[in-house]
Order: sequence, then C-alpha cells, then structure tokens
Amino acid sequence: MRYSALRVLKEGLTGNKGWKPAWRDPEPQKNYDFIIVGGGGHGLATAYYLAKTFGQSKIAVLEKGWIGGGNVGRNTTIIRSNYMLPENQPFYEFSMQLWEGLEQEFNYNAMVSQRGILNLFHSDNQRDAFIRRGNAMIMSGADAVLLDQDGVRGMYPFLDFDNARFPIKGGLVQPRGGTVRHDAVAWGYARGADRNGVDILQNCEVTGFQISDGVCTGVETSRGPIGAKKVAVCVAGSSSRVMAKADMRLPIESHVLQAFVSEGLKPVLSGVVTFGAGHFYVSQSDKGGLVFGGDIDGYNSYAQRGNLPVVEDVCEGGMALMPMIGRARLLRMWGGIMDMSLDGSPFIDKTHIGGLYFNGGWCYGGFKATPASGYCYAHLLATGEPHEVATSFRLDRFLNGHMIDEKGQGAQANLH
Amino acid sequence: MIIDHPLLGPRDAAEFVYLGDTALLNRPDWQADDAQRQFHDYLYMRENPAGEMRELWYHERGDRSWLVITRNTLTHEITKVELARDVVRAAQKGRTTV
Amino acid sequence: MSQSHRFDGKGLIDRQRPLTFTFNGDTYQGYEGDTLASALVANGVKLVGRSFKYHRPRGILTSGSEEPNALVTLRKGAYAEPNTRATSIELFDGLDATSQNHIGPLKHDLLAVNDLMAPFFSAGFYYKTFMWPAAFWEKLYEPMIRRAAGLGKLSLQEDPDCYAKGFLHCDVLIIGAGPSGLAAALTAGRAGAKVILADEDFRFGGRLTMETFGVDDMPGADWVAKAIDELGSMPNVRLMPRTTIYGVFDNGIFGALERKTDHLASSDGKPRQVLWRVYSKQSILCAGATERSMAFANNDRPGIMMAGAVRAYANRFDALAGKQVAVLTNNDDGWRTAHDLSVAGARNVSIIDTRPSTDNVTPAGVDVFHGKHVVNTRGRHGLTSITLSNQQVLNADCLAVTGGWNPNVHLTCHQRSRPKWREDIASFVPGAGLPIGMRVAGAANGALTLAKALQEGQEHATTALAYLGIQAKSGPAPRAEDEACEISPFWHTGETTSAYKRAWVDLQNDVTVKDVFQSHMEGFRSVEHLKRYTTLGMATDQGKTANILGLAVMAEASGKTIPETGTTIFRPPYTPVPIGAFAGSSRGKEFRPTRNTPSHQWAQEQGAVFTEVGNWLRAQWYPKPGETHWRESVDREVLQTRASVGVCDVTTLGKIDVQGRDAAAFLNKIYANAFGKLAVGKVRYGLMLREDGVAMDDGTAARFTDTHFVVTTTTANAVTVFRHMEFCRQCLWPDMDVHLISTTEQWAQFAVAGPNARKLLQKLVDEDTNISNEAFPFMACGEISVCDGTPARLFRISFSGELAYEIAVPTRFGNSLMEALMAAGEEFDAVAYGTEALSVMRIEKGHAAGNELCGTTTARDLGLGRMVSKKKDCIGNTMSERADMNREDGFALVGFKPVDEEQALSAGAHFVSKESDAVMANDEGWMTSVCYSPNLGYSIGLGFIKNGDTRIGETVCAANPLQGRTLDVEIVSPHFIDPEGERLRV
Repeated sequence: MRYSALRVLKEGLTGNKGWKPAWRDPEPQKNYDFIIVGGGGHGLATAYYLAKTFGQSKIAVLEKGWIGGGNVGRNTTIIRSNYMLPENQPFYEFSMQLWEGLEQEFNYNAMVSQRGILNLFHSDNQRDAFIRRGNAMIMSGADAVLLDQDGVRGMYPFLDFDNARFPIKGGLVQPRGGTVRHDAVAWGYARGADRNGVDILQNCEVTGFQISDGVCTGVETSRGPIGAKKVAVCVAGSSSRVMAKADMRLPIESHVLQAFVSEGLKPVLSGVVTFGAGHFYVSQSDKGGLVFGGDIDGYNSYAQRGNLPVVEDVCEGGMALMPMIGRARLLRMWGGIMDMSLDGSPFIDKTHIGGLYFNGGWCYGGFKATPASGYCYAHLLATGEPHEVATSFRLDRFLNGHMIDEKGQGAQANLH
Repeated sequence: MIIDHPLLGPRDAAEFVYLGDTALLNRPDWQADDAQRQFHDYLYMRENPAGEMRELWYHERGDRSWLVITRNTLTHEITKVELARDVVRAAQKGRTTV
Repeated sequence: MSQSHRFDGKGLIDRQRPLTFTFNGDTYQGYEGDTLASALVANGVKLVGRSFKYHRPRGILTSGSEEPNALVTLRKGAYAEPNTRATSIELFDGLDATSQNHIGPLKHDLLAVNDLMAPFFSAGFYYKTFMWPAAFWEKLYEPMIRRAAGLGKLSLQEDPDCYAKGFLHCDVLIIGAGPSGLAAALTAGRAGAKVILADEDFRFGGRLTMETFGVDDMPGADWVAKAIDELGSMPNVRLMPRTTIYGVFDNGIFGALERKTDHLASSDGKPRQVLWRVYSKQSILCAGATERSMAFANNDRPGIMMAGAVRAYANRFDALAGKQVAVLTNNDDGWRTAHDLSVAGARNVSIIDTRPSTDNVTPAGVDVFHGKHVVNTRGRHGLTSITLSNQQVLNADCLAVTGGWNPNVHLTCHQRSRPKWREDIASFVPGAGLPIGMRVAGAANGALTLAKALQEGQEHATTALAYLGIQAKSGPAPRAEDEACEISPFWHTGETTSAYKRAWVDLQNDVTVKDVFQSHMEGFRSVEHLKRYTTLGMATDQGKTANILGLAVMAEASGKTIPETGTTIFRPPYTPVPIGAFAGSSRGKEFRPTRNTPSHQWAQEQGAVFTEVGNWLRAQWYPKPGETHWRESVDREVLQTRASVGVCDVTTLGKIDVQGRDAAAFLNKIYANAFGKLAVGKVRYGLMLREDGVAMDDGTAARFTDTHFVVTTTTANAVTVFRHMEFCRQCLWPDMDVHLISTTEQWAQFAVAGPNARKLLQKLVDEDTNISNEAFPFMACGEISVCDGTPARLFRISFSGELAYEIAVPTRFGNSLMEALMAAGEEFDAVAYGTEALSVMRIEKGHAAGNELCGTTTARDLGLGRMVSKKKDCIGNTMSERADMNREDGFALVGFKPVDEEQALSAGAHFVSKESDAVMANDEGWMTSVCYSPNLGYSIGLGFIKNGDTRIGETVCAANPLQGRTLDVEIVSPHFIDPEGERLRV
C-alpha cells in the first residue's frame, strides 16, 4: 500500500478501515541467503538496501523483541555530518545525503528536518578545533558556518551571554544538521524492506551460530534453526553478548547513556544546540518537548537506566546555557545501551569466521549513521568489499595502530 | 550507586572515576615475542560481560585508592570491594592473573 | 463571585481564611486548604483547557497529580510556570492562572478546527503524507506542525527563583502518607528507627482525607491528625509533606523534590524547591492507587470526572462537581460516590453499573441502572446529558466514572521490575525483582480496602525493621472496616463507527479506542509500538489514567489477555520535575567552581584581562593605559620579555611530588625517555605516553634528592596524569616504594624569563644562594630561600626560549612574591605577561602545547620519536611501534609562515599541495597553532603535515574555506627563534 495525502483522505472518509499492516508477520523459512541479526535501525536499513539497491533476495531480519526497540527507539534524534577525521567525515556526509532523500526513497515520512545544529565554543582552543572540523566538513562536501558571539546571539538570544561561567565565544553551525522522527526510521525501513521481499521475524532471538570449519552456515533461534549463506550481526547494545556466541571478543564496552525530555512547550528552539563547556545538548521536538542529553554514565552497564549524578550534571549544563528553562519540567528520563568502541568509531567488517559479518561499536552516534551504515553494510555483504566511505571501520585497526579517535582519548571506551 | 570503600565505608559513586575491566591489571611482558599482540588484547579486547564483572574504580574525590569492585552490569548491585593493590599483590604471590 | 458549588460540609478547608484568585482574568474566591482545581470546582468552572491534538474542550478529570486535562500556566512574567496541574496547585491569595493551548478565548479556540479534520488525523497519519513535494516538508508542513506543537509557553526569561539541594539518610523511607504509610510510619517511628515520611500532597492522609471512613472509632481525618501529632513529636521521624519521591536509583537512593514556596505568593528569595537525594536502608512504598476511566463516545467532556475525584472534592473540599450527578461504575466504589454526593446535597443522583446485579444497598433517592453503560454524552463546554445503552437520556452536569483502581506501581519499576496482573482486582500489582530494600504496602500493593492498607503498612514496617535488626513494638493495627471493592472489568463500549463519536483513551494526547484498533490493524501491536505509533501515554501525565485502558483495548484487538499484551516501561520521574531543581545552584557564574591563581589579586589590580583555562582563571594579558587592541598589549609583553625580563604566573601547571626509594625507577617506567640516571639537582624534560603509544603529556621532573622528585604536567592534564600515575603505582607496580601527592595548589610558581632574569632573581634570593650560570646552569634545580627566609624551589627551565627560571613558593606567599618580583624588576623594565604572550613565545620557540598534544599525536609526529626508549619497559613504548603509527608518510610537526607576510595564518586550516583541490582526499594535515610574532614581524604557525620534516622550504596551500581565508604558506623549521638554543644557556 502506497502512502500519500490522497490515501489518508480516502481512508479518512471511509472510517480508516482499509489500512494494511505496515509489514508482514511471516513464518521463518528454513534457509536464507542473508540473515541480518537485529531488527534495529541499522539492521532494517541493511536489509532494505540489500534488497532494494543491491538487488539481493532471500533476506531475513531476526529480532529478539519488537523491531525498533533498541537505540533507534530511544535516542535524541539528531542527525549531523560534522566530524573531523578523514576516516569518518565522508561516511557521515554520505549518511546525511541519504537522509535528505529518505522519505521519497522509502515512501514514509520520517520527518527529516534540517533545522541546523550549533556547536558552541568557549575558548580559543575550542574555536581552533572547530575551524579544523568545519574545514574538514566543507572539504568533504558538507556545509559549515563559523559564527562569532553576535552570530550566536542572533540565532538564540535567550542563551546566557552575560553571566556565564564560561562565556560563549561563538559556534560552528551545520545548517543541514537536524532531527528525524526516530521510530519512523525503523518503521520506514521495515516497511520498505518488507515491500522488497524481506522477511521481518520479530520475537525471534538468535541463541547461537552454526559454525563448522571456520564458516558460519546459519543460526540457532528461539523459533528454530535457520540456515544462511551470510550472517550479518547488527545488534547495538548486545554486540559483545551476541558475538560471544561465536567465541569472539570485541574492542567494545557497553555503557548506559541517559536521555531526557521535558513536557510539551510552545516552540522556542528551532535547531539543535550543544554546549561546549559542559555535557548538554538540546533540541525541541515537533510535539514541543525539549529533548536533551549529555554524557554517558561512565560505567559498564546493560541496565538501560542511569543514576542521579549524570542527571544533575546534564541539567546543570542546561541551566548554565539557557537559564530560561528552569521552570520547564523534565518529564521522562531513560537509558540506552551504547556499544562504546575503544577509539570512539564504529566497525563494519567481516570477521575471521567465514560468512559472519559484524556491524557495531557506534558509541552514542549510531542514529545519524543509520542510512549509511545500512547502505555500507549491505555493500559489504553483497559485494564482499567495503564501500569507499567505510574502508577504515575495520576490526583489526587497533592491531596495526590505525585508530580513528575523534576525541583523542585513547583506549578508554567511556571517554569517547 | 554506593561503594563500600574498604577503608572509608560507604561512599557515593560520584566520588569515584571509572576505568573498567580488571584485565587492565595484567599488563603483559614487554619482552615477549608477541608483545604487540599481547598488549593489543590487553588494551583493546573486552569481555564486556552482562552480569557480574570485576572492575577498577578510582577514589579521585577521596583517598585516591584504586579499588577492585565486583558489580553486576545488569542490576548495578555491588557485591565486593577490595583495594586494587591488595588484589594485585595477592595475585603476584599466587602467580595467577587477576 | 459566589462559590456556587460549595456546600456546608466537614471538609478540610479553612473558612476563616478566604483567598482571592484569578483564572483567565476572572476573579474567584476560595479557601485556604483548597487546590486551584477544588476552588474552580467550587466556583462551578467546568471548562479549563484544551486537548493537545484536536483542541477539544476539557475539564478537570481528577483530584491528584495524575491529572491529564487541567493544565494551566501559573503566575506571570519570568515566574510563569507552564503545564502546571490545577489539581496539585495549592491555592494562595492572589494566585493567577491562565489556560493554555488555544488561539483566542478558551471557549472559542480557533484551533478547534482540528477536531473537524479528525478523520484525516488518525493514528500515524503524518508518517503517510507531507512527502510531496519534498521541499514542502521543511518550508510548509513542518513549520505548520511546529506552530501547533506544545502546550504552555516558556517566558524566555531567566528563572528568577533559586533552588537548593540536600542529602538525607534514614533507616526507613516511607513513600506516601495515606493510611498504609501512616501505619508504617507509626510502627517504625515507635520502634525508634530513623524514618522519613514523604507525600506529594500538602496534607497527609491520602484517601482518608477524601473519604468518609473511620479508623479506630473516630473520623478518618481525626485519626490522621492524631497520627501526625504523634509522629511529629518523635525526633527520629522527619515528616515531608509537599515532597514527591520522583525516582528510585541504585542501592537504596531515592530522588525527592520538596516544594518549599510554591504554595506562597512569593518565594521571597528563599529556595523555591529542594532536590533531595535520600539514602535509605529500607523503603516502603505506600503510594496508593490511581482510578481509571472507561471509554465511551464523547467521554472527554468537561464535567465527566473520575468518581474518586468527585468524592474528594465533596468530602475534602466541600465542593460539588455537579448538581445533577450520574455515576458510571463497574465496581462497588461507584456506589460510595453516589452515597457521598447524596449526603452532600446533589440532586437526582443515579448509578449506572455495568454489572447485571450487585449486593450494594441503594442509597436513598438514588436511581440505579444495572447492566447498562453510557454510549454518548452531550454538552460542548460542559456536560448536559448522557445517553445510556438502552438509549435512555439522563440530564446530568457531572458524570462520575470509575473503571477500577490501578495500584501505583510506578516506583517499583524504575529498576526494570515488571508488574504482574492480578485478576481479582483486574489490575497490575508490583512484580518480582523490586529495587533492593523496597516493600510495597496498601493500595499500591493491590490491597484496596482501608483495613488491609492499615494492616499491610504495619506488617511491612515490622518486616523492614526486623531486616534492620530493630524489634517493632507489638500491637494491633489500627481498626477499620473492610469496605466492599468487588469489580467486574469493563473497558469500553465497543469500537464506535462514526469518526465524530469517539471514545477517548488518552485525554491529553487525544488517543481514541479507534486509534488503538487502527494501530493493531497496521501491525503496531507490541505495546511499545502502540505507544509510539499513537502517542498513547506520552503526554505530561505519562498515561497515568490512560495506559491500562489502552492496553486492555489492544488486548481485545489482538485476542490476547492483558498480561500477555504487557506494559510499557515506567521511567522516572514519577511526576515532572523542574529542570532548575535538578541544576540547583550550579548555574550562572556558579556553574562550576572558579580557581584563582595565587597572583590573582595582583593581576586584578593591574586590570588584567582574564581567560578561562579549565576551571582556572588566568591573566590573558595586562593592558596598559592607551592600548586599544589586545595585540598591542601582547606584542609589548613578548618584546619586553625577550628584550629584558618578564614574569608569568604558571601555578596552574600540575605539580606532583614523587618520593620513595623507587622514585627514580618509577619515573623511568612512566616517562618514555630515560630517567634512571638523572642527577640530584637536575631537571629533565619528560614525555609521557599513554599505553597505546600516543603522547599523553609532557613536562619536567626535577630531582631534589635521591628519593624526591617533583614532576610537572600541563595545566589541562594535571588531574589525568596524577590519576594515571596512581594507577601505575597501585595497580601495576604495587611493590615499588614510591608515593605520590599532588601539590599543584600548595606551591605558587612563576616563570621569570628574559636576558635579565638572573639579575632580577639575584635581588630576591637569599645571600647563601648562588644562581650564577656556573653554579646553577640550564636544567638545574634546587631548594632555596627568598626574601629573607621564605622557602622556595628554583628550576632553571624555559618555555619561552629565553634565559629563564621558574620559582615556586608556598601558595600563601604567591601574591607577595609577584609583587616582589615586579618591584625588583622595575629597574629592568620588567613586564608581567599573560597566557597570550606565553603562547606566542612558545610558538616562536616551536614547543608543543595542548593544540599539538591533542591525544592523537605520537612522539614521532611531534619530532620526539628518538626520545622513546627501546631499552626499557615503560608505558606506551610497545604499542608506539605499531605499523600505522610509523608510516613513512606520517605527520611531522613543522613551522609555517605565509608566503605573503602581510597575511595572517589561521589555526584549523588544512594543508593540501599547491596543485590539488581542497578536498578531503587530498588532505595532508592541519595548522594547530598560530600567532603574530612581534619579533619576526609576521604571522607564524605550527602544524602537522605529512612528511613535514623532509619538506622544509616547500610551499603548500593552507585551505580555510570555512573562513574564506585560504592562502599559500611555506613550510619552515618550527624553531623560529634561537634554533640552537643559545639563549637558554647564558
């Protein structure tokens, strides 16, 4: 069923009784060419591009619970391509370009909204680093604008310019940055994949891999064994647990990142703003809630909930940046599990086991990467070669010393 | 979270800084033939368990002790707290890894 | 205006204290003890707000914090507080509230037109449209949607109130001061345990204040008053009304918000609210239960209320929700409503019970309709009539609805415990895996009668005490009747066909029964999908009155049971908490502590311009009268230092005292370069690597005795280097005899640099100290005294490239030493220099600083590759040998100057070769630091470029499209001044 204004009109006039399920609920087949383990944003996008763009068939997405229930359903919805390093920035810019055509591509309004992202700086050193970053953005085809304090004031006059502990000196803007309705990304890809023949199998937990002679030939699941030519794991928040079933250890730690939303308020904040002197970033959703977050809690966790020190730290940042939000109320806080890699950058790679692939380690930056991650993973699965913007996301990069460390924090996962 | 410091008693976890898996106590021999591989595994590869985990915390806003804490990553329940120094010394005596 | 709906009752309002307030500009009267909601009810005000999506007229639904409808903006101007629940606002004199989310008057909201469009705004409609043409989404559709978004408005002014934070410790935290909470508190308090009893209401007692039950042969309210008196007299019990326990965190930590001045006309400079962190050993959740509704056509009209709320307004506030009241019920509670209202004087009370028959006794003068339900209602701005399932129409201005009670399990689920279904009360009750130390008593535990609630409160307190090793005093639980609470689930009246005859589930977000069915039809069947697709339960009330109903409808649609359908996850906070309260006093200038350097006072007196360096404030430059641009000051400071002598406060650099028999061996493992053989009285430059082989920090180590070193770090890394060294000491080499202590704040340190540095210092050091070049050569150090006996440490080290010293004295003498240095330097025209001049001189000298030591650069990149010893075990040397970190075309730190010397370089420019396009594929490195060199008369810079050390003299392009300042630069040696280092040694 194709979605359009006309369809909405027609259904509205006939009692909204004709809508069809957005995706089928098929029984698992015995064998597939491709099994994607994990029905999150990246897994569904991978299946979608594999079927639609790379023309593959016999594809299944296996999801332990309900699709879109992981980090794609619990993030702060920001998209941007404002990275610094040559291994990263072209990839994220590719992702941004895919976002820009996404709705027409998969006929689903995920509300990609490019209202701009502003990163504030508060010192000369931060400014220098942002100039380096801004130039890297422009040189990889992205957009970037450097603002001085007056420029920032013009955009957001209600920030604290006069009484701040760390005065705002300026900011780096990416006008094409913005937000996307996160759940709709999972649903749009799921529906698109389904329409291209992909079987989406919910409540189908992978309990083991069938591996013989160093080659993976399928998976054991809660709905029985399923054979596959290629098995592609894509399970943010569970990467180590799942890959342990193939006896693999990863350069990944799992940490909890909290996020927050306020009660609905009339719009005051058009784009995304990140504070440069504390851990705080914020945007306002189309429903009016201030959606904000900060740093990870900092200790290994699979608990999907955080603790008070970080909650207070984030709100302190918020009040330092925009003291007019003091009387707005925090409505809900939640936690997502971030697979933090040891240099802060992700993996899209083969493993040493034949037919077994791995995509993960996105830290807290996975959402914005969803389209490109899916596209590049599908490219790797379909062609056997990494996509040109994702050649460095290798599992062996620490062995040869080719780290991709945007923050310069070294081998400590919770600092990235 | 509350960490029951072996010397100072219960303390709010906010006083501490987290490092991670106690595997970081087992620093490889720099003269081993495969020293680079060993250091690679030591520095980068993680068990990352869902369940009980032994990990290093530093009492930065306190007495500056490094602690080995046994904590469940699913429930955050802390079941044991030791001084890292004691753990390492005991291990070195028994010539085992920690 | 008269209080048309107030009657003479036994309510808990103080008629001696009338209060005046305004709502939407109209003035009304209420009494002390009222909430805004009860005062509005008493004044017969029905219409109080508009729903989110369709702007349907909405009235007060509940009497508690679960309220989805009656949201107002409280107060004015900078004090305006949007989305405040009228049911939780304590009335005060002069209160001013306005309704929200409408254009034009509340009664004639222009956006109500949305309601007519409802057929096209069904669940998920926006995902299916607004896609063509593509550009219209951002230009037209989304701005339209955003304009309609949200409920209340922020003032856009700084929050003028202040907030405080505090920490509390207790044996037993009791959450909720209703019957079970009071019984628990009495038991625990009498046993001597340290108890905190908290309740979100300003009046303790819970449902006892809202019902007509008796306890221990006295009226419930009297029993409550007596209990509070007794508890109040116990020094071990802390009573906290107006306090919401909003969240459960690890290891018995609870978050609590106490409202201190919200019930007053003005906060008067006192903290408005206090955010407490409560550390408890045991906790008893006595949070009661929330009544749920039923779904039937047009069940959202003002005047349709929860039955328990109707009773609360009557019994606690002497206010009648209507004069002609119908009660719709599926349980025995509804009968009590009818009874209480009849007593209160409502006319024509009727009961519509969905059950075919019950054992209840019909109250006098009440009509009963068994086995019927409501199928429609009328009255746009206030209920006028209802239509029963037998098509009988009853006139009514109030319909009291009860679909049963949901235990408030919210807090039990904050650590991912899932509630379990109890068929007999048709509700979820707390499940397994409660937060450690938590027990649940009373209605929150599914014990829905008063006698059971009192009994459970006492029992759970006794168990909690036993767990703490405290013996509870024995005695019977307070006596009360076990009132009837039979229920037969009834959720909704069937899927309605007409789009305009909708049955509402979530009243704030406008989710209907039909939306739930459609969600199911489209495959959004998991309860999380349902929530996300329809927005059920995502409003400011988080679905407290809606979620279970929505779940029941979904269960029906999918042919599953309710427990099979599951529940969404409860997350903190229990009710919304102001962001300002979470921030407390950490805002404005107090956002983070400020560290002043020892010479801060002197610098202030000189009119220095300060800059933030981490939490430090450092003098950036010292403008002189007549200087109009910062460059004038900085150029002068640099030139004067290089020409004569300059002084700079460098206290912020980290200092670590290293002592012990193995101190030298320890440093030899910490630093990448050799340290074993450093002589006493000498300083050495030291480079620290991280274990991954990347440069971590650099500084110096001075050896004062065999067993005593002083290590310096950069300002930025002072804390992390110390932490790292403690890790090495305690965790890697615990048997080394070495001890560390940070002395950054114990010693004030000043750089004295320039050709006259020695002459200046000579005037201050005490007589026995010889600092001649021979006695105290470059890289010497010593413990000396200055200014007649003040202990000092002297280091002959140089960051500026000049003949230079760093001199340290105990911090309390820092400001005086600065004054003494400047006084002694007067004859040399000594100058104080700030961080800008410091930076200029280090760039002129080619020293790396923060911009170069950025966490990704190696010793090799920095040109220090040869320093890394291959002959010893030290942190980082093994991993620094990895292939990719030793590539032939790796980065090298070199200097840059503009080809056109009139041009200024810019940090952050990327290097590409002259022939190439400025695109990432051709990227060869970046400019890290730049400055104008007053000595050279042009702009200079440092930067990393591939193979830089072999390309001296080459011209490349420094691309800076961001600032539109791309220019040609020449690669030069990074040592712009005195490349041989002769000045250091004179």
